[in-house]
Amino acid sequence: MDTASAPPLAAPLDIAFDYTRSLGPVLGRFMTGLRDRRVLGARTADGRVHVPPLEYDPATHAPVTELVPVPPTGTVTSWTWTDQPLDGQPLDRPFGWALIRLDGADTALLHAVDAGTRESMRTGMRVRIRWAAERSGHIRDIACFEPDPGPPRASGSATGGDPATASDLDTSGDPDTSNGAGTSGDLSTSGELVTGITTPIRLSYTHTTSAEESRYLHALSEGRLLGQRCPACRKVYVPPRVCPADGVPTEEEVPVHDHGTVTTFCVVNVPFAGQRLDPPYVVAQVLLDGADIPIPHLILGAAGEVRMGMRVAAVWRDPATWSTTPENIAHFRPTGEPDAPYESYQEHL
Amino acid sequence: MNPAVAIIGFAQAPCRPSAGTTSGVETLVPLFHQALSAARLDRREVDFWCSGSSDYLAGRAFSFVSAIDAIGAYPPICESHVEMDAAWAFYEAYVKILAGEAETALVYGFGKSSAGLLRRVLALQLDPYVAAPLWPDSVSVAALQARLAIDAGLVTEEAMAEVAARSQADASTNPYAQVSGQLTVDDLVATPYVADPLRAHDCAPVSDGAAALVLAAGERARRHREQPAWISGVAHRVDPQGLGERDLTTVPSATAAAEAVSLPADLDVAELHAPFTHQELLLRTALGLGDRVRINPSGGALCGNPMFSAGLARIGAAAEQVMSGQARRAAGHATSGPALQQNLICLLEARS
Repeated sequence: MDTASAPPLAAPLDIAFDYTRSLGPVLGRFMTGLRDRRVLGARTADGRVHVPPLEYDPATHAPVTELVPVPPTGTVTSWTWTDQPLDGQPLDRPFGWALIRLDGADTALLHAVDAGTRESMRTGMRVRIRWAAERSGHIRDIACFEPDPGPPRASGSATGGDPATASDLDTSGDPDTSNGAGTSGDLSTSGELVTGITTPIRLSYTHTTSAEESRYLHALSEGRLLGQRCPACRKVYVPPRVCPADGVPTEEEVPVHDHGTVTTFCVVNVPFAGQRLDPPYVVAQVLLDGADIPIPHLILGAAGEVRMGMRVAAVWRDPATWSTTPENIAHFRPTGEPDAPYESYQEHL
Repeated sequence: MNPAVAIIGFAQAPCRPSAGTTSGVETLVPLFHQALSAARLDRREVDFWCSGSSDYLAGRAFSFVSAIDAIGAYPPICESHVEMDAAWAFYEAYVKILAGEAETALVYGFGKSSAGLLRRVLALQLDPYVAAPLWPDSVSVAALQARLAIDAGLVTEEAMAEVAARSQADASTNPYAQVSGQLTVDDLVATPYVADPLRAHDCAPVSDGAAALVLAAGERARRHREQPAWISGVAHRVDPQGLGERDLTTVPSATAAAEAVSLPADLDVAELHAPFTHQELLLRTALGLGDRVRINPSGGALCGNPMFSAGLARIGAAAEQVMSGQARRAAGHATSGPALQQNLICLLEARS
């Protein structure tokens, strides 16, 4: 295959990690409330109620200490529509995003509205919380909002907000008792205070190599190691890269041997998640013959004997399994040759 | 007294839907060469390097470190990085020169926006407790702001379409633009919504790209460039993070930044970093720009929006207007965060 003109190699790169965050006194109580199907707002010195709560008063900069309950009903102040939900969003069918000012609150909360159709969404529409069946003290304890078919609520607000959206905190008239829990002003919780949240993050990328990296990977699939020489300092890089000393692309391709010298090494004794070998084993920097920068790799078959200057050779996997990956080399093994003199690798440490 | 500081070189990579490697190194090498050539400066004469990029765009940790290969960092260099649009790296470099710690600086921004699903990745810049766990995408968040502005009578869908039509027409002479064309408002408002009330033309394209800009102090700037773009002022401000905490139809941080640099209403040119059409309209009001001000002759971010360099490129495009003698006074603006949360203004002028 003509690899010189082939498009650069690309491959999917999926990463996933869980963010764990501690909450502090305000968000801790807010999340605890959600777990117990109640919404708490933060009252600042000017009397305004913030949902979601603020930890510090933006005017006085004092810590917020007063949390007040608000009902699970509110008014949409802005909205948009999502035809094709993205991974991780609250609903897996078309839904509306909305800014929602809960009754008795002066600020708006961002969340999803399960409205069915775009035509059902409008500014000023009344909505109420649909609680998640399983709740842990997390913003996702609110599964989403849904249109509120309830009768118009009594007017009057604790904070003198917009009369069109304000409502009495008393939710005794709520026809759906499952939505009315915990808004009577009773701030006691039924369990332990939530002190932290875990948010899983999953992201998918397409990782794209450079043309030089692609040629290196194609050569690997043929059992060859390819370096590139910097036109300025004449050093050979494996894998190829823009010369980090001179900032110029390396253009001249240089075949590199699969024998080399251990410049430095460490013995891995500690187990970790995803580990492929049972410790102890040796990871070393190997300076391939003809290259000016070492590569990291495994040294197997020499437990306790690996040393600086040791001569090693690549152990290739079965050629039938080769592809465009450095994993074609399983590990390195000692060759038994005399050690390389220190002067031959000292500038690569 | 602080030294005068000027922009003496600018270069940008073409904005493309998909271009270059995830690391960005290969894109940056020729870019540095162009920017330094324009400034008649050797890379060894750069006292300070500063970049803007994000690991979330590249999908890997410390991605900006690999990009340093493009500099040629031997002997060791003085370098810094912001996890923001490079317009904020520009601010850091400007302050570094004002402080007398550097006489020259090269600022660069880069990012492969197309490597992931950009509008989903950008959800991670939201409040991590009550917003980001819901994965609200960046286009939907902007749509919430647009509707508020429409409901308040500040903008209309037709006025938004006019912004798109003007931008794409201007971009037809910009070789670095990703989209351009001759469009009519009637045709545009007849297209379907992508996130009601936003249509495709209201949203910046997803762009891969990069930009680099060279700064120098006083005499050094005069020596290297016939008509430097002198910086009269730079300021940046930020609004509260909570989307429901602020009035999304106003941009107080942009107004405050404009006041901090005494932004005049009668600029020749303003390059505004508005990734959505309604945001340009909100910004013009927030910045107090008069009707005579030429907005985004480059076509702006609506015609090419490489993440982490689009803001820097607005400053660079404004500087080009001054350096080429087309404008006496120009402003470059950059935004960062959701719904115009953070804003930076740079006022530039020619001096005879």
